[in-house]
Amino acid sequence: MNFDLADHADKFLMLGGGLIAFVVLVGGLLLVLDVIPTKLAERRTVRLAAAVEAGTPIKAGRSREGWLALGFLLPAVLLLAIGLIFPAIRTTLLSFRNKDSSEWAGFDNYTWMFAQPDIRQVLFNTLIWVLVVPTLATAIGLLYAIMVDKARGEAVAKALIFLPMAISFVGASIIWKFVYAYRSGDQEQIGLLNQIVVWLGGEPQQWLLEQGYKLNTLLLIVILIWIQAGFAMVILSAAIKAIPAEIVEAARIDGTNAWQMFWRVTLPAIRPAVIVVVITITIGTLKVFDIVRTMTNGNYETSVIANEMYNQSFRYGETGHGSALAVFLFVLVIPIVIFQIRNIRKQRSEA
Amino acid sequence: MATVTYAKASRVYPGTERPAVNELQLDIADGEFLVLVGPSGCGKSTSLRMLAGLEDVDGGQILIDGRDVTHLPPKARDIAMVFQNYALYPHMSVYENMAFALKLRKTSKAEIDRRVKEAAGLLQLEEYLSRKPKALSGGQRQRVAMGRAIVREPQVFLMDEPLSNLDAKLRVQTRSQIASLQAKLGITTVYVTHDQVEAMTMGHRVAVMLDGNLQQVDTPRALYDTPKNVFVAGFMGSPAMNLKTVSLVDGGADFAGIVLPLTREQIEAARTGGDKVTVGFRPEDTDIVAASEGGLPIVVELVEDLGSDANVYGHAEIGGTSERFVVRTDRRHMPNMGETIYVKPRPDKIHLFNAQTTDRI
Repeated sequence: MNFDLADHADKFLMLGGGLIAFVVLVGGLLLVLDVIPTKLAERRTVRLAAAVEAGTPIKAGRSREGWLALGFLLPAVLLLAIGLIFPAIRTTLLSFRNKDSSEWAGFDNYTWMFAQPDIRQVLFNTLIWVLVVPTLATAIGLLYAIMVDKARGEAVAKALIFLPMAISFVGASIIWKFVYAYRSGDQEQIGLLNQIVVWLGGEPQQWLLEQGYKLNTLLLIVILIWIQAGFAMVILSAAIKAIPAEIVEAARIDGTNAWQMFWRVTLPAIRPAVIVVVITITIGTLKVFDIVRTMTNGNYETSVIANEMYNQSFRYGETGHGSALAVFLFVLVIPIVIFQIRNIRKQRSEA
Repeated sequence: MATVTYAKASRVYPGTERPAVNELQLDIADGEFLVLVGPSGCGKSTSLRMLAGLEDVDGGQILIDGRDVTHLPPKARDIAMVFQNYALYPHMSVYENMAFALKLRKTSKAEIDRRVKEAAGLLQLEEYLSRKPKALSGGQRQRVAMGRAIVREPQVFLMDEPLSNLDAKLRVQTRSQIASLQAKLGITTVYVTHDQVEAMTMGHRVAVMLDGNLQQVDTPRALYDTPKNVFVAGFMGSPAMNLKTVSLVDGGADFAGIVLPLTREQIEAARTGGDKVTVGFRPEDTDIVAASEGGLPIVVELVEDLGSDANVYGHAEIGGTSERFVVRTDRRHMPNMGETIYVKPRPDKIHLFNAQTTDRI
């Protein structure tokens, strides 16, 4: 196999042309964005000076800057429209159409969602995820942040719990698949959990098949907590460090013990950070897909909304069902996002 | 009501050689207002924090009312502290801020209410009780911090530069408020400041510190009139005392040919520090005289007109070097810039210090 450069000359030419076009376009854009405001500022200075000299009232020259702002916003707005707004509208429309989107189906897809025991199970699973993951991940992160705060080896301890954040959900799931792996009793165990069970004299279990007490779902939840606790810890640790030392000292002089210090001083002081963490993790949990898809593919009653949405749309060809699930998920996330935005606004106005 | 004793208390920060506070020996009487003063890094705040229990004591003891509290946690010491930036709990209202310590002590609701209302009345905070700290001005926050200390009815008040974050006018006003409040409550108070004016005006006694060592403890008057060494002499008083190290000659100290007469005893004492002596005189302890009367010729550089009188800054050539001097004149004798005035320190108001040890003679 000889690689003849000449054969591919046209491709390289195209590549080169593309690169040049890119540089010219981006460079030109940057140049324009740099030059125009400077020019505008200069002209305004001149105008202001003239106005001051002539003693005429100064007119606000805002409209031109308004156009400029629009120019800055346009690319982002355009991309958002193509990537987010249009699909959202289309998905909403599809959720009111039938299986192959050929005709209107009214609320059929939604009644199906709440009528089907399977899907009700999916909704219930999602509820468990949303209740357990943010609570436990935040609690563990907070506890850890307080315990390692100002302790020796704090940086190392923090890195250890933060590392899972750097792993993709799929990667993390594969790691945990090994933890939960099952071999029958006469074989050597390759799964950490089963090996421990065997050491303790028990029988190896097929963990991911255990539906009693939602055990398999809870085991999947552990993975997300493992990932998110690090995130919670980092944010909350930073918030704890931002508490002024004098306030902690004042509390010590006022006579707080460790317990009172946590509940009456530390926690109220980092409340905004706790809310941000809980909300961020809640939104992430509502959308959880990778872990379920990698571990069980939603079998054995472990499916969640995002996974079911994928299965309905792309495996069963039920576009209507899938879209309805997507819209439902969207509706669940909206109030949380609104609450979050309000919260941020409130903090800004208070600061 | 309590006495406070530092018994050779020391603090050495880990990894440092020189102690931040070196064998501090200080007895504070019951009901006394003691001010710890000194330049930054002199150990005054560290001393206060040692008393509060926020800083470890590496040597010696600290006693409150005769009780050894050296290694007790802050809450077991029955003290209240006012911080420079007030350290109010941001999530609590003014009322809750003041009530917090009492609540932790399980004081009855009625008693808490009574004490908070009383303190609020004392500090004119009644109308702000339900506000959060961030809705208050600096002066109001400062008063809340005071109130938080008062409601505790502690054995000792500790104040760490509580006026530093206020503007100049409010500082003067609050200064007198704190002093009169302390007099009314009669609670032993240790007050840290870097401002010698605050120290002079507020303290019953003032302890001057430098580099972790206590220099002198005395009433403001005594510190001003008989400073124990060159540092205290230069630190207390504004504008600062004129301090010059000059040669000793027969009959006195030689200011470039103009001999400041000294007694035989003074000269003998000064001789122990070599052939030099440090002479100090305060700006107000000077007279402007005619050229013929043999005053120190000072070329005027700057005149600060204070209304009632004026501070005159200038320099004189002494032994080939230009030395700066400050004198205070009344407004009838205000000189012009560039003019040469002849200044004579009043002989009975001269401070002499050993040129080597810097101790007072």
